[in-house]
Amino acid sequence: MSLGTFLVQLLNSVQYGLLLFLVASGLTLIFGIMGVINIAHGAFYMIGAYLAWSLAGQLGSFWLALPLGIALSVILGLALEWLLINKLYDRDHLYQVLLTYGLILVFEELRAILWGNDVHGVPIPEQLKASIPLTENLSYPVYRLFISGVCLAVAGLMYWVIQKTRLGMIVRAGASNRDMVQSLGIDIGFVYRVVFAVGVALAAFAGMIAAPVSSVFPGMGGQVLIICFVVVVIGGVGSVKGALVAALLIGLIDTFGKVIELDIAGFNVLPELSGMSVYLLMAAVLLWRPQGIFGARP
Amino acid sequence: MAEVALRTERLSKRFGGLAAVADVTLDCRMGEVHAVIGPNGAGKSTLINMLSGDLAPTSGTVAIHGRDVTAATADRISRLGVGRSYQKTNVFLPFSAFENARLAAQSRLRSSMRFLRPSGRYRQVNETAARALELAGLSAKADVPVAALSHGEQRQVEIAMTLATRPTVLLLDEPLAGMGAEESRRIVALLQRLAKDHAILLVEHDMDAVFAVADTLTVMVNGTVLESGPPETIRASRTVQEAYLGGEEVHA
Amino acid sequence: MSRRLGWIAGLVALAALVALPFLADKFYVQLFTKILIMAIFAMSLDLLIGYTGLVSFGHAAFYGVAAYTLALVTPQYEAASMWTSLLLSMGVAALLAFLIGLLVLRTSGIYFIMVTLAFAQMVYFVFHDTKLAGGSDGIFIYVRPVLEVFGWKPFDLEQFRDLYFVVLGCAVGVFLLLRMMLGSLFGRVIAGVRVNEHRMRSLGYPTFRYKLVCFTLAGAIAGLAGWLSAVQFGVVNPDFLAWHLSGSVIMMVILGGMGTLVGPMIGAAAMMLAEIGFQEVTEHWQLLMGGFIVLVALLLPKGLLGLLAPKPEGKGAARG
Repeated sequence: MSLGTFLVQLLNSVQYGLLLFLVASGLTLIFGIMGVINIAHGAFYMIGAYLAWSLAGQLGSFWLALPLGIALSVILGLALEWLLINKLYDRDHLYQVLLTYGLILVFEELRAILWGNDVHGVPIPEQLKASIPLTENLSYPVYRLFISGVCLAVAGLMYWVIQKTRLGMIVRAGASNRDMVQSLGIDIGFVYRVVFAVGVALAAFAGMIAAPVSSVFPGMGGQVLIICFVVVVIGGVGSVKGALVAALLIGLIDTFGKVIELDIAGFNVLPELSGMSVYLLMAAVLLWRPQGIFGARP
Repeated sequence: MAEVALRTERLSKRFGGLAAVADVTLDCRMGEVHAVIGPNGAGKSTLINMLSGDLAPTSGTVAIHGRDVTAATADRISRLGVGRSYQKTNVFLPFSAFENARLAAQSRLRSSMRFLRPSGRYRQVNETAARALELAGLSAKADVPVAALSHGEQRQVEIAMTLATRPTVLLLDEPLAGMGAEESRRIVALLQRLAKDHAILLVEHDMDAVFAVADTLTVMVNGTVLESGPPETIRASRTVQEAYLGGEEVHA
Repeated sequence: MSRRLGWIAGLVALAALVALPFLADKFYVQLFTKILIMAIFAMSLDLLIGYTGLVSFGHAAFYGVAAYTLALVTPQYEAASMWTSLLLSMGVAALLAFLIGLLVLRTSGIYFIMVTLAFAQMVYFVFHDTKLAGGSDGIFIYVRPVLEVFGWKPFDLEQFRDLYFVVLGCAVGVFLLLRMMLGSLFGRVIAGVRVNEHRMRSLGYPTFRYKLVCFTLAGAIAGLAGWLSAVQFGVVNPDFLAWHLSGSVIMMVILGGMGTLVGPMIGAAAMMLAEIGFQEVTEHWQLLMGGFIVLVALLLPKGLLGLLAPKPEGKGAARG
C-alpha cells in the first residue's frame, strides 16, 4: 500500500470513527445516566440524514438546514422523553427494548410516508467542495476533514460540559444517585429530559453532516445502530471515553479491513467478509474483558 | 487437635487506595465457633465475602480443608462444603420456603443436568430440605412464598438454605440480624448444636449470642485484627474495651 | 384461572386446531401453519426471556441458519430426507447457539442484549453479502423434504393439510417437552438463575454451564421452527435472519405473557392476526404495528395472559 493510499485510509478511518463516536456517545450517555437502552437510537441518525436532504433541498442551503435540523431533533427528543421515555426509567430492560423497537417501526414508516423509500444524495456544500493534495496523485476532500473537525469539536464541548460545568456535575451525580440529586432540590426529570434530547440531537447531527458523504437510504438507521452497539460493548457502557476509543478502533479496523485483502495460503479470503472484522474484535473483547475496555467491572 | 477447616493468611482487600481489609490472619477448626466482631465498617462483611468467593482478595490466601481457594469462584467454594448466609437476605422471594431449601439441597446432587424427571421426585433432596427447614424452625410455613414471610422468617429461610447444602464449614454473616428474641434463642441453640461437627465462622453484633457460642473471638477495627483469643481474654482486654465494647452501643 | 380450567381451555383449543383443516379453507390452514411455526419459535425464546431471564435480541440467527441448512442440503430438484435434513438443521442451529452462547453468556443485562443483536447481525451479513447461499436473493427449495419409513410415506409435505398436521404435532410436542423440562432439576436451576443468579452460584451451582445448555436448547428449537418455515415457504432468504424478526418474536413472547409457555403461543397468534388486521387498514401498517408494540410495552407487561389471571407472584413456581 502506498503512503498516499495509507494516509487516505487513515483519514477515512478517523472520520468514520469520529462520526460513530458522536452517535455512540449519545447511546452510552442515555444508558449510563438514565439506565435506558434505546434501540431506536439509530433511527435518529437516519432522521438526521433525511432532514439534511429534505431541508437542504427545500431551503437551498446546507448551512441553513443544519441548525434547523438540530433544533427539530432537540424538539423531537424532548417530546419523546416527555411522552414515552420517562415511563421506562425503572422498568426492566426488556420493556425498554420492546418499546423502543416499536418506535423504530413507527419512525421508519413515518419516514416512508414523509420522504419515501428511495436512496438520496446530499450535495457537499460549495464552500467545502475542494480537496487538499496529499501526494502527487492523491488529494483528500476538505469536507471529510470538516466532519472530523466538527466531531472533535463536539467531543471537546461534551468533555467540557460534563467535567467542568455545574450541569455536567449534576448529570454525573444523577447517574449514580438519582434520589440524592432530587433531594437537593434539583429536578432530575428535567435533567434527564435534557440528556435524552442531547443524545437524540447528537445522533441526528451526525446523520446530517454524514449525509453528503454517505448516501441517505432507508436501512441506515439499523446499520449504524448495530455498529454503535459494538462500540458501546467494546468501550464499556456509560463510558464516553470508552466510546471514543472504541469508535476510533472500529473505524480503523473496518476501513483497513475492507482494503487489505487477506491472503491465506494463496486463497483470497472472502473479501465480502471484511465487514466481519468488527464483530471479531467484539468477540475478542468479550473473551478478554466482557465489561468493555473502560466498563465497570460487574 | 481438630482439623483446621478454614484458614486465612494476611488476607487483604484494597479498593483503589482504601484498604477495607488488611492482613487478616485467622483460622477456624472443626468443632469450633470463631466469632468475628467489630464496629460497623470494620471490614467484617468484606472479609466474609472473600472467604465465600463473592469477592476476590487483593492479596493473601484462603484455604478450606487445606485446599487453597484464594481465587476460587463462589460456586466452587460452596461445593467444597462451605455454606454461606448473607446479612442482607439473599433468597428466592417468589418461591416457597420449601422450594428455597429444596433448591439449596439440590445443589449437592452430582449433576442437575436432568431434563425429564420432575424435580419433586427426588426424595433425598426433599428430605434434606425438610430437615433444614425444621432446624431453622420454619416447617409450619414451608409452602408460603418467601415474599409473604416476615423479615425474621426470611432470615430463617436464609439459614435453612445454608444448612440444606449440608456444609462442613459455615460462614454466617449476622444471622440474627432482624430476628426477635424467641427466634434468636432458637438459632443460638441451633448454633451450639451445629458447632459439634462443623467449623463455624460467625460475624455478629449480638454480644449475648456471641459470648454464648463462641470459642474464639477476633475483634476487627478499620479492616485489621485488633485482638484475637478466647472470650474471657477479649472481654477483659483493655484495648478491645476502648475500641469497641467499652463505650460503644451494642447492636442487637 | 385455575389449573383445571386452564387444561380444559387447552384441550378445547387443541381440538379446534385439529378440526381446523376440515372446516376452514386453504388460506386459514396456511395461516395457522405459519402461526404454529411462530409459536414454536416464540416458545423457544420464552425459555430464554421468561424462564432464564436472558433477553436475547438475536434469536432469528438460529431460526435462519436452520432454514438455510435445509435449503443447502436439498438437492436442486429433488426432495431431501426429512430425518437427515431436520437433524442437520437443528444441529447446525444448536452448534451456532453453543458457540455464540460461549461468548455472549459472559455478559448480562444490557450488554447481553447488544451482543446478541450484534452476533445475529454478523450471521445476517455472512448470508446476505456472500455467495455462500444465494446472497440477498436466497435459495429456492423446489421439492419439500420427504419422510420414508421402509418405503411408506406417512404424509406428503406438499399437501398443505399434511404440513399443517406435522407442524401442529411439532408445536404440541415442543410444548409438552418444554413443560416437562421446566419441572425437572434443570428447569428448577434455570428458574433459580432467573430470580437470583448470585445466590445460585453461592449455593454451588456453576450457572454458566446451565445458561449455556439452555441457550443451546433454545437455539435448537428455534432451528426446528426455521426448518418448518423453510418447508412451508419453499424459499429461504436473508429475511429469515433479519433483526426485525428477532424483534417480532420478542414482542410475541411479551404480548402473550412471558414465562408461561402458553403465552408465547397466544402471542404468536395475536401478532400474526394483528399484522393481517393492520395490513387491511393501510399499506403503512408498520406504523400501526409499531404503535401497538409501544402500547403493549407500556400497558401490558404481563401480556394477554396477565389480563386473564392476576395470579399471586410465583404461584406456579412455588410448586416444588
